[in-house]
Amino acid sequence: MVPFDFTYHQPSSIHEAIQLFQTLQQQGKKPMYYAGGTEIITLSRLHLVFTDAVIDIKQIPECQVLDIQQQQLVLGAGVSLTTIEEANPFPLLTKTASEVADRTARNQITLGGNICGQIFYREAVLPLLLADSEVVIAGKDGVQQRSIHQVFQQHMQLQPGEFLIQVKTEQTYLSLPYAHIKRRKQGEVGYPLVTVAALKKDGQLRVAFSGVCPFPFRSQAVEERLNQQLPVNTRIDEALQHLPRPILDDIEGSAQYRLFVLKHTLFDIITELEGE
Amino acid sequence: MIGKSVIRKEAWDKVTGAAKYTNDYVTPGTLHARLVTSPYAHANIQAIDIEKALSVPGVRAIVTGEGLPLTGEDLLDRPPIAFEKVRYHGEVVAVVVADTLVQAEKAANLVRITYEPLPVVGSPREALKEGAPLIHEQLGSYQKGRGIYPEPNTNIAHRTKIRKGNMEKGWAESDVVVEASFSFSPSDHAAMETRCATAEILPDGYIIIYASSQSPFMIKKLISSYFGEDVGKVIVHTPLVGGAYGGKTPVQLELLAYLASKAVGGRKVSVWNTREDDIITSPVHIGLEATVKLGCTNDGYLKAAEILYLFDGGAYSDKAIDVSRAGAVDCTGPYHIENVWCDSLCVYTNHPYACPFRGFGHGELSFAIERTMDLLAEKLQMDRLELRMKNAICPGHTTPTQVLLNNSNVGNLPKCIERLRELIHWDDWQRIEIDARTVRAKGVSCIWKTSTVDTDASSGAILTFNPNGSINLISGVVEIGTGTKTILAQILAEKMKMDIKDIHVKMEVDTQTTPEHWKTVASRGTFMAGRAVLKAADDAIRQLKEIASIVLRASVEDLEVGYGKVFLRDDPAIYVNIKDIAYGYKYPNGNAIGGQIIGRGNYILRHLTYLDKETGAGKPGPEWTVGAQAVEIEFDKRDYTYKIIRAVSVIDIGKVLNEKAAIGQVMGAMSMGLSWASRETFLFDRYERVLNPQLRTYRLLRFGEHPEYIVEFVETPQIDAPYGARGAGEHGLIGMPSALANALSVAAEVPLNELPLVPELIWRKKKGEHHGSI
Amino acid sequence: MATTQQCEMLLTVNGEAHSVIARPADTLLFVLRNKLRLTGAKPGCLNGDCGACTVLIDGGPIKSCMMLAIETVGKTITTIEGLKHSPIQQAFVEHFAFQCGYCTPGFIMNAHALTEKYPDASDDVIQEWLESNICRCTSYREIEQAVKSVLLKKHRND
Ligand SMILES: Cc1cc2nc3c(=O)[nH]c(=O)nc-3n(C[C@H](O)[C@H](O)[C@H](O)COP(=O)(O)OP(=O)(O)OC[C@H]3O[C@@H](n4cnc5c(N)ncnc54)[C@H](O)[C@@H]3O)c2cc1C
Ligand code: FES
Ligand code: FES
Repeated sequence: MVPFDFTYHQPSSIHEAIQLFQTLQQQGKKPMYYAGGTEIITLSRLHLVFTDAVIDIKQIPECQVLDIQQQQLVLGAGVSLTTIEEANPFPLLTKTASEVADRTARNQITLGGNICGQIFYREAVLPLLLADSEVVIAGKDGVQQRSIHQVFQQHMQLQPGEFLIQVKTEQTYLSLPYAHIKRRKQGEVGYPLVTVAALKKDGQLRVAFSGVCPFPFRSQAVEERLNQQLPVNTRIDEALQHLPRPILDDIEGSAQYRLFVLKHTLFDIITELEGE
Repeated sequence: MIGKSVIRKEAWDKVTGAAKYTNDYVTPGTLHARLVTSPYAHANIQAIDIEKALSVPGVRAIVTGEGLPLTGEDLLDRPPIAFEKVRYHGEVVAVVVADTLVQAEKAANLVRITYEPLPVVGSPREALKEGAPLIHEQLGSYQKGRGIYPEPNTNIAHRTKIRKGNMEKGWAESDVVVEASFSFSPSDHAAMETRCATAEILPDGYIIIYASSQSPFMIKKLISSYFGEDVGKVIVHTPLVGGAYGGKTPVQLELLAYLASKAVGGRKVSVWNTREDDIITSPVHIGLEATVKLGCTNDGYLKAAEILYLFDGGAYSDKAIDVSRAGAVDCTGPYHIENVWCDSLCVYTNHPYACPFRGFGHGELSFAIERTMDLLAEKLQMDRLELRMKNAICPGHTTPTQVLLNNSNVGNLPKCIERLRELIHWDDWQRIEIDARTVRAKGVSCIWKTSTVDTDASSGAILTFNPNGSINLISGVVEIGTGTKTILAQILAEKMKMDIKDIHVKMEVDTQTTPEHWKTVASRGTFMAGRAVLKAADDAIRQLKEIASIVLRASVEDLEVGYGKVFLRDDPAIYVNIKDIAYGYKYPNGNAIGGQIIGRGNYILRHLTYLDKETGAGKPGPEWTVGAQAVEIEFDKRDYTYKIIRAVSVIDIGKVLNEKAAIGQVMGAMSMGLSWASRETFLFDRYERVLNPQLRTYRLLRFGEHPEYIVEFVETPQIDAPYGARGAGEHGLIGMPSALANALSVAAEVPLNELPLVPELIWRKKKGEHHGSI
Repeated sequence: MATTQQCEMLLTVNGEAHSVIARPADTLLFVLRNKLRLTGAKPGCLNGDCGACTVLIDGGPIKSCMMLAIETVGKTITTIEGLKHSPIQQAFVEHFAFQCGYCTPGFIMNAHALTEKYPDASDDVIQEWLESNICRCTSYREIEQAVKSVLLKKHRND
């Protein structure tokens, strides 16, 4: 139950959406882009989100694309995670997506919503960070395409009124060797204790993390350590020294235990991609 | 009919969405309440400002705690709405009533309360420490029931003492002694239907309550006694209940609904828990800290037990006192020990308050006892099942409260153990290394349980006939999912020798027209209500025979009832159809005799007594159901993760009345026990606030995580029960936590004496072992 | 009720068109239960965690507590009330796949969609779908057996 009222808008073009946002803002409202709605609805209940106008971007044709265009995989921000899983254009993304929430929830959760959300796991971003994807963003100055590394720093750095339209990934990344391990506190559904996604490109390992810190990340320092010509355990120990801080210490697990789990998870990831 | 897997009467309603639960009855025009709850676990309430909240359109009233009577079943220690002080995170401080739920929620969010935080008490042991903050300063002045012994100026709500035999002698006879401590925090029942109640006060003073409850008759009595209402004017309706497991025995929201309705001139008000409120505001599953010391001879015969149970009753005692007493009554587990010393305390803490949970204290005590049994076996270097077999409780032994057991009041535990041994191939292996990382291990436990219900608990049944000879069965048992009402129909069909299709079961309880069934708890539904139904059937049969004897011109003694007829025993061709006499018999000339047949019956438990204050001696319950259980796991030695492969129960159920239903009850209980043991607990911060009051973070076992289940029954009839059947709705749960912990302790080679058994706990214990500190 | 902004929306539920007046902020679960009196879909958490509120939107399972009613305009909504004598309902009854029955409408809708979409679903697929719903009464094994019996029958009929 959403304990406040909002108006609902369903623009059918990017332009219309941007216009709507501005008009609503000028009317003194606090508009919000709306995709799967799973986070907006659940956080509203707890008074952790407020809006008085939602702009549902799911009907915008560009947000619904799932296609290869000019050697790039184009994924609309409004595409649900299960749609992506079923089409399976990017196996690592399929694997990562399929471990988020549960299947029924993923029929609603969108790629854009997962990446742009407040709940800090944002697991679907991991493969995109690894594949140097580009994000297509609409704002009042038009549509821009930027590297995900520029825009996603701990979270999506969007200006007010901007929204994510698409994510583009070079086709060459899609079939790279990959590995993905999500470890939970217990059981097979739930937030991660530690999630590690990895791609191997040109013999170099790329890894991205969720659940380790209060934000998902990919770290050059960590990757450098992991790619050294040293025994695996030494590489991992050194990499762990270079994790961003703070390490999460919460109800999913203590910081120390997370590091323990992460160490073995990295070992498994490296072993899995060894020789690829 | 008896033993058959009859499909439950309300089955099709439940698969078509037609089945109605309390919140499905909320009709247009009903007002909605929203609870304002405390963000602190212990604080003085300095001010409540409702002005802004009252100005929200649609708000009708805001009820606060001033001037309300104290409530409680055994000890009246709880204001229905907190007054002057809050004692747990989530405690109700105000109730906002508005036209819509949204308006109520908006207003609730605007109630401003000023608190002065107080030091918190986070565990029973902390609560007992010298100088611990007092949670109830007025403990000495609270009204209390018989046999309740609060200790004023402490945090002890009640203490049950068991003093059996001679401890000195026991220790002297013991060659081997082990002692260990155990603990787990409170957790939740997490029924899928959150608790809900509506109340309406009619102009003529009748109070109409709808409640998702296991105790509709208790609601009626308590509203009457707390608020001075005429008990006959309180009418409680309980439709189908969406899971309860003990969590719907306490009377809580009903009081709020009543108060809210009163505040708005008697209009119908619905109080419906959000999941978050249901998890922490409403009563929870009790926590425990325990120390167990067992002594035995070199050949493994138990001689002495010294047991301390500190139950975490939370902020209010509710039925936690009773749970702590049940823990004392069966404190040793199902073992024959002549010398027993036990103190079982219900301790106040600043945690959500506890109430019964499936197993009623037995899953809890069993964790401590069965772990200790394994430690003892290890020290003795004796087979773990063998040790249990040697000490298994049997007829001729006495229980901790000195009840002498006989062939009827206790089941056959050795037989259960024997069968379990075969089913789990115990003698083949108990721990094997599959590869460098993987170990498989088995853990076992034995269970027993009696039901410590009120000594005067009773149950009634009414049978009315329809013109076609079919019967309406009306019993006060609440259909909480156990299928008891279908089993009652089976019992009746067997007795009347009729088709179960012709028995119509009234699912809803309405306290005005349904005879009382004390509470739908303690696996007692079938026993008590079954006896009542049999008696009502006898009554109906007597009436049928009376009319038939006139019609058939035969003496009552020569008549037999069955197959829709009353017939001559020696010549069944001479008969009268029940349908022709169920509403009286009409002669061809129009004369009539008799009238509608209405059978009535009741049952009251017999010979139960209060326990002696100093020794605990007394008869707490009618019989002991026993069983043996096992869990097999596969453990990863590197990651400390594990998979539950198989779970097995052999329970002496007396007599199987409905096979699939019985297996379902046991498997469901096992699943709940494994879920609790492997993952469920409240996580508190240092201010004793619950950090995981949502199913997102309070995670339950899900589909696909379930192991293989094997359930078998032993049948040692309880002579005074319908067809010999014993209670078994809870027993599947009792031994699961201990069996799982025993298996994991063997696999990980480290004693695991805490719950829940998450990999991080095992990691911590292993680490502590290797490095000497955590 | 002055501040509540209501609007009219046309919903197609179980093959019937309904015009309802509701807030744009109202969830589909709320509208089904409180406006259309279709109380089969159950509230268990209102937070997307339990699956008791599952209904089908254009044939696919959705947690109706996490979707706005207004989002479903123009779509086909199927609730448990719209499922008549389906094999999955029969199988749930025969396999004792419920006790209190509260999780049942949600479980059945999800399982129904699964068996329709993947008549040859593997164990992994069954788990992936059904772990979206919580049952606190049964051991899940009964539910597994019910679902598998329907899949098996479908297989035989192929
Ligand atoms: C049961 C459950 C379990 C969950 N478990 C996990 C988990 O294990 N791992 C995990 O990572 N997450 C998990 N989540 C969180 C979930 O990821 C979020 O609820 C979800 O990602 C939000 O997606 P949505 O499409 O519903 O977004 P919405 O709720 O519609 O939006 C979320 C936020 O993103 C913004 N937004 C949405 N789309 C765009 C866009 N195109 N451009 C700009 N801003 C946009 C919105 O304004 C809003 O602030 C879980 C959620 C549920 C319900
Ligand atoms: S009520 Fe919708 S998922 Fe629980
Ligand atoms: S049958 Fe009760 S929750 Fe599933």
